[in-house]
Amino acid sequence: MNQPQVPSVSPSVPALIADQLKKSFRERDQENRRWRQVDAVSDISLTVSRREILGILGPNGSGKSTLIRLMATLLTPDQGHVAIFGHDVQQHRLAVRRLINRVSVEASFFKKLTAEENLAYATGLYGVPNRAAQVKAREILRRLGLPTRKLKVPMEQLSRGQQQKIAIARALLTSPTLMLLDEPTTGLDPKSRREVQQFILEVRATHDATIIICTHDMNEAERLCDRVAIMSRGRFEALGTVAELKSRYGSTLEEVFFALIGEPLGEAGEQEF
Amino acid sequence: MLSIMGETRAVWSLVRRNFHLLRRYLGWELVFWFYNLINALTIGLIGLNTPAGPTRDRTVVYLVIGALLWNFLSILFQEVSNSVQWERWEGTIEYSFMAPIRRITYLLGVCAWAVLYGLVRTLVILVGVALFFHINLQGADLTGAGLILIASSVPFIGLGLMAAVLPLLSTERGAQATQVIQGVLLLVSGVYYPISVLPAWIRWASVLSPATYTLNSVRKAVLNGASIHSLLGVSAGLLASGIVLIPIGLGIFLLAERYAMRAGSLKRNG
Repeated sequence: MNQPQVPSVSPSVPALIADQLKKSFRERDQENRRWRQVDAVSDISLTVSRREILGILGPNGSGKSTLIRLMATLLTPDQGHVAIFGHDVQQHRLAVRRLINRVSVEASFFKKLTAEENLAYATGLYGVPNRAAQVKAREILRRLGLPTRKLKVPMEQLSRGQQQKIAIARALLTSPTLMLLDEPTTGLDPKSRREVQQFILEVRATHDATIIICTHDMNEAERLCDRVAIMSRGRFEALGTVAELKSRYGSTLEEVFFALIGEPLGEAGEQEF
Repeated sequence: MLSIMGETRAVWSLVRRNFHLLRRYLGWELVFWFYNLINALTIGLIGLNTPAGPTRDRTVVYLVIGALLWNFLSILFQEVSNSVQWERWEGTIEYSFMAPIRRITYLLGVCAWAVLYGLVRTLVILVGVALFFHINLQGADLTGAGLILIASSVPFIGLGLMAAVLPLLSTERGAQATQVIQGVLLLVSGVYYPISVLPAWIRWASVLSPATYTLNSVRKAVLNGASIHSLLGVSAGLLASGIVLIPIGLGIFLLAERYAMRAGSLKRNG
């Protein structure tokens, strides 16, 4: 396949280094109509090794999506740096973009277009020849348990789970070295969730990929992740292997989560950052 | 790291995506094309209200030129300025902007589609109008008119790029603002009347609109048979204004993108 040029990746360089990242937004207070500053990400430092799967657990509004966007070149940090395979995210955006792809919680597509047409558009932007991309898409979707005839169906007629599988295929078609998965299995039925999780493990094994995954699913985090970060109010409350976290904070990952967050799931903030 | 093949594929993928979208909304497209044709015909029919004779024929052609050119230029402006708005509504903008291509490549793809689509749609309406009015174009310098039309695409793309910035900053307000800009251009450019009839306090604005020069020159070519030679100056002027406006438009776009990345307003509800 006549693939686009990919920047060089040194084996000794970590997949991702984040150094004292900070990001805040201005938002209007609905009660007194005044602007206020909201810290979405506060002083996060992190190193992710090659071929590692890092899970980020946190309630809604804890800053997970903002952190992913900072890594994905979609947001400029107020302070700090992110380097992906040694390339600074702000200084070398094009090089970084060649190395990454992202699956977001909302599978964003042109809803009237078919999956095939959406994939043709997305892979075309990455310089991947369409014919080769369509062949590869069929392989990926077969693996994810989605009938390939669904490629001919407009996205708006597919279920959320099916759309999410197409979104995963879209990300993989560009052969990313670092995959940023922002709640990729939210809204999927248990079978689809299992298929996607299995596929993520395969991608790591076969594509030599590093994966950062945000999730609310404790079982998913435990099954997939080499290390897990618990995030609350823009900060990492803890970061370690599941075994390390359990040994310190509780007997199950859920207990760990509540011990560190200190409040029920989904109530840490009013808005998703 | 720049791969020309990759960037060309990206341009093509944008053109292909818009063609696919056109097919999906074919019903609406046919309605828009039909409405455009009827609009051009009704404007031309106003000219038939004048006493029979050469003046009437000239008035009809004068008005039809306005309707056709405005159709083309407004399609260019809308397609370019609405491209970002469309992506924001669909929620795809983060994916498109995360692609490893230069922003100019993305905008080039949008502009290539706008020119192709605008030309085809305007040509179809031209055929309909010509058949309806039995327009006699003997003596008209159509090559000169075509030259002006191509030259005028360049500054209009520049204006479109500037307008595309607005939906980047705010989805709804941006879309509203682009409609206002388009309305002002329609008012001051002499689309259906000579700019001399405009009130003095607003007439100065017509000097700033590339559409003023386009309409004036195409009318000279078609109605007076002005030679291509005499239109070269205007064509060069239009091209030059485009050469200035496009980098300015691109620069403003990049600044706005940087702002959106700082403010977090790229995502739909941001």
